[in-house]
Amino acid sequence: MTTATPLPPSASLTPKPSGGDSQLLEVSMGPQHPSTHGVFRMDVALDGERVVKLKPIFGYLHRNHEKIAENETYLGSMPYTDRLDYFCSITNNWAYALAVETLAGIQAPERAEYLRVITAELTRLQNHACLAGFLMQDMGASGTPLMYAFRERENILDLFEALTGARMMCNYMRFGGCRVDLPAGWLEQAQQVVAAFPRFLDEFESLLTGNEILMARTQGVGVLSAELAINAGVTGPMLRASGVNYDLRKVDKYGIYDRFTFRVPLGDHGDVYDRYMIRLLEMRESVKILQQAMRDLPGGPITDPKTKIRNFRPKPGEAYGRIEAPKGELGFYLISDGSPNPYRYRVRPPSLINLTVLEDMCLGRNVADVVIILGSVDIVMGEVDR
Amino acid sequence: MTLEPLKSEIETNVPGCRLEIVPNPSPSAQHSLLIDPDHALEIALFLRDAPHLRFDFCSNVTGIDWPAPKTAGKVKEMDEGFEHDAEEESEAQASGHLEAVYHLYSMEKKHGPVILRMRTKDRSHAVHLPSLTPVWRSADFQEREIFDLFGIVFDGHPDLRRILMWPEFTDHPMRKDYVEPDDYEYEPTAHDDVLRKTTRHHSGNA
Repeated sequence: MTTATPLPPSASLTPKPSGGDSQLLEVSMGPQHPSTHGVFRMDVALDGERVVKLKPIFGYLHRNHEKIAENETYLGSMPYTDRLDYFCSITNNWAYALAVETLAGIQAPERAEYLRVITAELTRLQNHACLAGFLMQDMGASGTPLMYAFRERENILDLFEALTGARMMCNYMRFGGCRVDLPAGWLEQAQQVVAAFPRFLDEFESLLTGNEILMARTQGVGVLSAELAINAGVTGPMLRASGVNYDLRKVDKYGIYDRFTFRVPLGDHGDVYDRYMIRLLEMRESVKILQQAMRDLPGGPITDPKTKIRNFRPKPGEAYGRIEAPKGELGFYLISDGSPNPYRYRVRPPSLINLTVLEDMCLGRNVADVVIILGSVDIVMGEVDR
Repeated sequence: MTLEPLKSEIETNVPGCRLEIVPNPSPSAQHSLLIDPDHALEIALFLRDAPHLRFDFCSNVTGIDWPAPKTAGKVKEMDEGFEHDAEEESEAQASGHLEAVYHLYSMEKKHGPVILRMRTKDRSHAVHLPSLTPVWRSADFQEREIFDLFGIVFDGHPDLRRILMWPEFTDHPMRKDYVEPDDYEYEPTAHDDVLRKTTRHHSGNA
């Protein structure tokens, strides 16, 4: 597979009607293909360079997370949620904590809610920055944009390390609060990182947004209509790039998101370029949320002292809790039978469900476009396979 | 969203359907609606297309295994050792039911969730439920996952294959009575030891 070779602009590639003498070529892209973001395989049928069939195949990282969690206490699964979408462990923690809090009727104190927003928005910043970098890498812009993004991510991971002790596997949330309070000087350091972030975005945008090659490779590629996106359950930046105004931070107002003023960027065309732009714009909105949250951060406890974490047994019943994770709607569905272990534990993985439309976006396009379209979906195999 | 008015509305619009509200005693108070599989497609279409409901977004689809609670049969099984009746055992395994759960939201009206449940009649190897993928494509991969991990066959699904386990795999790991293979790394090779072990495992005398 050659993906980095220069190609004519995709817009000029009109699908050719297959003649009688054409022969389909079946290509197995992956699971060890560098552009598949992990062990992910696509069975692609090609007519020349044109994709006529594409079936995603996964499960290579499947370890039955849900079954393991059913044999584990509620709290015991918290560190394991880090490993779902290993780029955004804190938002995974939050979705799980939110589901358990809904199930057991627990309320987190004020300061914990602010800490959750701050850490979750930092997570969103580093996820979106890296996604934009990976997308450029897939396009053949080897190194530079990705390393710029990693440089910023490093600052944020340093903050996570100072706060939670781990750069990626943070294990930060608890039912009814957070695990640790901010160390001395953390807030000032975080304010500096956030204050410097718009400068990185400006730099990134001046490097890329108006770039001719980027526009030629992404505009009009992988178009996803709003109707199909809604029907296929696509969520997150991908849905909003298709122009659907649905952000759970605005719709559900979970946590304390109703206290911040921020806007929801919407795309117009639903192509790869819009998905790239939406992520850059969302980062700017996240910076706004972070500035407000760090300005208003109150004092007080970080966990509800009445919450009994040891021997935690919620009353029988069920709950579905969902948050706007960087990749889309991340939900946890829990059923309790009154025992210390959940009877049923289900993760609604946004990466997996966003892949439903992969074939629809790729049909009629070039093989090289498949790589970019997949890159714009933003998948992490730890979450797709669970 | 309260379910009583929704229930009576569905009953007037989908004639002949049987609905039941499943109460949820936990503080989340997310009650659900048990629908009968014969009218599931009509109910789903009504929920999606009725202009004041517009449940256009099927967020989460999952399965649940509810085996019947164990009765006094356990002691007898212990006495007889390996001699117990295979037919009796499979009957005990099949009692209970499997459930498919759908969490619906509306992106247009920004309301939800409405939770639909469908129950199978028993827990035998291949139990059937109608697929709701023709109504919501987001159910596509998730119903395949239920088929793979729970063993519910969704009739009308366009592409029902195993999704996480490999095609040659035969069991359903998310069922409560699933027994892990003796040889964890088993591959269908002709190797004597491995072959003997798996034959023993699948004959139930492990």
